[in-house]
Amino acid sequence: MSAVGIVFALLFYAATVVLVVGLAVRIADYARTPAPLKIPTTPAPVTRGGVALRMAREVVFFESLFKGSVWTWIFGWLFHVCLALVLVRHLRYFTEPVWFWVALVQPLGILAAFGMAAGLAGLLARRIVVERIRYISVPSDYLMLVLLLLIGASGLAMKYVFRTDVVAVKAFFLGLMRFDWQPLPADPMLYIHLLLVAALMIVFPFSKLLHAPGVFFSPSRNQADDPRESRHLAPWAAKLEQR
Amino acid sequence: MAEVKAPPLREFPSPPPLAPGAMDTSRPYVASDKIQTAIGFPGELSDSWEQRAIDHMGALLGKYRSLKVFMDSCVHCGACADKCHYFIGTQDPKNMPVARQELMRSVYRRYFTLPGKFFPRIVGARDLTREVLDEWYTYYNQCSECRRCSVFCPYGIDTAEVTMAAKEILDAVGYGQKYTNEIIGKVHKIGNNLGLPGPALADTLEGLEEDTKEETGVDVRFPLDEKGAEVLLVTPSADFFAEPHVDSLIGYAKVFHAAGVSWTLSSKASEAGNFGLFIGNYEQLRAIALRIREAALELGVKRIIVGECGHAWRVAYSFWNTLVGIGAGGRDPFAVQLQSQLDPSVRQPTHICEYTWSLIQRGALKFDKEANDHRVVTFHDSCNVARASRMGDFPGGQFEIPRAIIRAVANKYVEMAPETTHEKTFCCGGGGGLLTDELLDLRVKGALPRMEALRAVADGQGVNFMATICAICKAQFTKVLPYYGFKMNMVGGVHQLVSTAIRLGTHS
Repeated sequence: MSAVGIVFALLFYAATVVLVVGLAVRIADYARTPAPLKIPTTPAPVTRGGVALRMAREVVFFESLFKGSVWTWIFGWLFHVCLALVLVRHLRYFTEPVWFWVALVQPLGILAAFGMAAGLAGLLARRIVVERIRYISVPSDYLMLVLLLLIGASGLAMKYVFRTDVVAVKAFFLGLMRFDWQPLPADPMLYIHLLLVAALMIVFPFSKLLHAPGVFFSPSRNQADDPRESRHLAPWAAKLEQR
Repeated sequence: MAEVKAPPLREFPSPPPLAPGAMDTSRPYVASDKIQTAIGFPGELSDSWEQRAIDHMGALLGKYRSLKVFMDSCVHCGACADKCHYFIGTQDPKNMPVARQELMRSVYRRYFTLPGKFFPRIVGARDLTREVLDEWYTYYNQCSECRRCSVFCPYGIDTAEVTMAAKEILDAVGYGQKYTNEIIGKVHKIGNNLGLPGPALADTLEGLEEDTKEETGVDVRFPLDEKGAEVLLVTPSADFFAEPHVDSLIGYAKVFHAAGVSWTLSSKASEAGNFGLFIGNYEQLRAIALRIREAALELGVKRIIVGECGHAWRVAYSFWNTLVGIGAGGRDPFAVQLQSQLDPSVRQPTHICEYTWSLIQRGALKFDKEANDHRVVTFHDSCNVARASRMGDFPGGQFEIPRAIIRAVANKYVEMAPETTHEKTFCCGGGGGLLTDELLDLRVKGALPRMEALRAVADGQGVNFMATICAICKAQFTKVLPYYGFKMNMVGGVHQLVSTAIRLGTHS
């Protein structure tokens, strides 16, 4: 196995550890921190089942964003849905045999790559063109969009221009998962693609990408509107009653 | 202060262009040493305040999941950017909710995240300097904690939570706001926000009994501290003498009279408002709410009803059960002590509108609707009622019940534009502890979106009365309506309309 292959193997182990452990620590932190007061944004569901539905609408359809800004919703929703499809398409590199439903969405995954790029381009354009969005943007906002765009572009480039040996790539990743390392094809475009993906995995738990787990812990969205029916008391607040 | 002028109404309400720095000198008076120490905060900024501020921020991040999640989750998408009435009215970009949050988030990143420690410029992190702290004081005192931005945020980030945390940190380092903290001192010392002592309150209520007798010929009572009454009414102290608030108090009294229910006010709990909310301080919030619990226990009432007040209803509805056990479902001794006394067959606490509406539904109240025919009424949803509480037993009851009452007592009712009502309602511009004279310029500008919507129905459908169920809304509109060419007495309470139309005298 080449030196570059070894570097990438180690990089992906490291990136995976950072992503998984980083997210686990963050999520555990969110879960451990109490929400002392009932603060759902009302009107809110009055039952846990209703809350699950509200959260599902929020996570799947971006309901609040739709109310807030239709343009951002179009680009943002397009990007996220396409990203999900692209990720599903990539599962074929990690499964043998490829799962039935993953095989089913393969053609959609390619279409989604273009949709993803279009959504990201729209979000980037909005950040540059709309005065108030430009005002609130910091360098990392642009960098994140550019990073995702480059991941998409390098992936598409491999599909259409600088073709790589995808069978070997699959062998490489299956090898990583089975701790039986296999060579990685020596293609610069593949290196770029993998490098950027590893970078994304590493920054995920330390960046605004935490909005992904964060939304599930948002008290204004995940609390039921039932404060008169049951007493909601955080442990630190209960101690005040014993004084 | 320069002359305060209303901004021009926009022909087509669309996001305004930015005017950086437009409001960077708008600041409320700082609380004096005496005001601060009276409620347990340091008197002034002293050495090592930076470290204490960061330590306090760390403590809040450990106590409030909202703050922790909201600090991490924002992606700067800008969905909230054009939703704040203060941004619309002032055009100052730091009044965009995301930019207001960023004043704190930039500090959070610097001290509590790895990228902020190592690459501050890239992620927009900065040290907590005196300039930054002053900026916090300026712009967190330009947020009325109305939660409108949280409706549109894909992660439900509520700027009110961030503003409250900022005010809590400012208080903790001795940089409090005079208006709010002075009032909190008064409520502890005297029992209400306006500093009206018990004997003066008794006098006022006696006067109201005489006035009402003169007006109606009926002996409508305004009882104070009557043990054994069925209902304890807790209402904002402005209801005792401010115009138009007092007309709603007369309305509540007439409703109780017509229903034949014994009720009482309390000199100890002569204030529904709880400014502890505005400064995000749990201990203050709880200490102020404890007065209500104590009054209810002493008077032995079966039911607690809250008068027309927006943030008070948020605290009562959403927090009282948590803070002091006014509600149901408590299993601990502290909650059970009170909850076993209260009538379990009705919701505790009850909003006066829920109470009046239940009487109307039962046919227990009769009205001469024609008495309100000189009014063409619209309804302004108050932010804390709309987005932080509920009435009745279905989501959105807080919108339907006040409107149902208005339709039951008045013939002419008109809705304002839908993007300015219900959950999308605009704040009056005076909430969150900003109802103070030195912020008048901000308050007038913040009222712009509501004034635009009111202008449309005033010119189009002849609306001449805007009903609302919040003491702050009433006081704020009374003050700012004239700046927009409206009469100040155009605003009033829902129970003011009830008071005009209700039939007294016989009840069974």
